Amino acid sequence: MPAAPAGTLYRGREGMWSWVAHRVTGVLIFFFLFAHVLDTALVRVSPDYYNRIMDTYKTPVVNLMEVGLVGAVLYHSLNGLRVMAIDFWEKGPRYQKQMTYAVIAVVLLVMIPGTYFMMQHTVEEMFGSTT
Amino acid sequence: MTALDDRPVSAADAAHVTTVTLKIRRYDPEVDPDANWQTFDVPVEKGDRLLDALHHVKWYQDGSLAFRRSCAHGVCGSDAMRINGVNRLACKVLIKDLATKEGQEILVEPIKGLPVEKDLIVDMEPFFEAFRSIKPFLITDGREPTRERLQSAEDRARFDDTTKCIMCAACTTSCPVYWTDESYFGPQAIVMAHRFIFDSRDEGAEERLEILNEKEGVWRCRTTFNCTDACPRGIEVTKAIQEVKRALIFRRV
Ligand code: SF4
Ligand code: FES
Repeated sequence: MPAAPAGTLYRGREGMWSWVAHRVTGVLIFFFLFAHVLDTALVRVSPDYYNRIMDTYKTPVVNLMEVGLVGAVLYHSLNGLRVMAIDFWEKGPRYQKQMTYAVIAVVLLVMIPGTYFMMQHTVEEMFGSTT
Repeated sequence: MTALDDRPVSAADAAHVTTVTLKIRRYDPEVDPDANWQTFDVPVEKGDRLLDALHHVKWYQDGSLAFRRSCAHGVCGSDAMRINGVNRLACKVLIKDLATKEGQEILVEPIKGLPVEKDLIVDMEPFFEAFRSIKPFLITDGREPTRERLQSAEDRARFDDTTKCIMCAACTTSCPVYWTDESYFGPQAIVMAHRFIFDSRDEGAEERLEILNEKEGVWRCRTTFNCTDACPRGIEVTKAIQEVKRALIFRRV
């Protein structure tokens, strides 16, 4: 098999990219859960350490990651429903594109105001409150 | 080996002959262990298909270009290749749909996931092996009937879609799961199994379902729909796979 040069990327469509996004968000959520289990377990070791770790989370970067996490969980769960519909609903495979766009629409609809509310505090701290 | 096309062209003909550039992924292990991209400028007429352009390259520019084709009419399934990034039959796609913008290159690569032998030719054996493993033939018990095996129009309609397969491998080699796991049966084998599982005359459904229930069977499908998009026969491949999955879950054909 020839190795170089690499071939081009397969130009898949909605179905392929929604699957790629499903994988990526799934892995992100796994890493979050991993970290989450570790830091929560810390409370049993030493509540003081736990509090100190929690304090390190109160930064704009972590806030941004939280927004990402909510988005990832939202996409992963909605697309999970789509995948179930494809497998169990007789007409699912025919409507997979429409369902992909519905998932994207809901994610955007929730995440645009959601990002605003979640970031409000951080933005006010960084740039000063408007009120 | 290079030969120039010096056939006379009439003025009227020349008027609607345009030039397109093919960028082909070449590979010849006897010359170079690596593949490389080679471009060819090809004169094409309005109604030409990609296969015509490949013929032009092979017949008049570089005879060493290797690709498979036979019927040239989308029937034999020989010339599936990756064209502008997606699996298509070279004999079915029109040049005018590929090079929509002036001077746009048309990318041609072998299908992915099967070992490349030379240029656009891949070793189809792993693909045929998966096909054979689902027992693609009528299975019946009991005595052979003296007259033909009758079937109602409704019963025939259940598997009509999957009878259209020409075994071009466009679906199987468009599947991201197949690229990374060649022991996966792949969409085509499932399509072929579907054709028999849902055939009221066949009695091997249980057997085939058991084969597809294995680790490398239908459960590897991640519903990316690349296969459905790629199938030149318009078979709803993912839907067929889903029907097999449901037959397994609900134990009903
Ligand atoms: S299902 Fe379609 S894409 Fe797959 S081998 Fe058959 S004809 Fe080709
Ligand atoms: S050459 Fe027969 S299908 Fe294209």
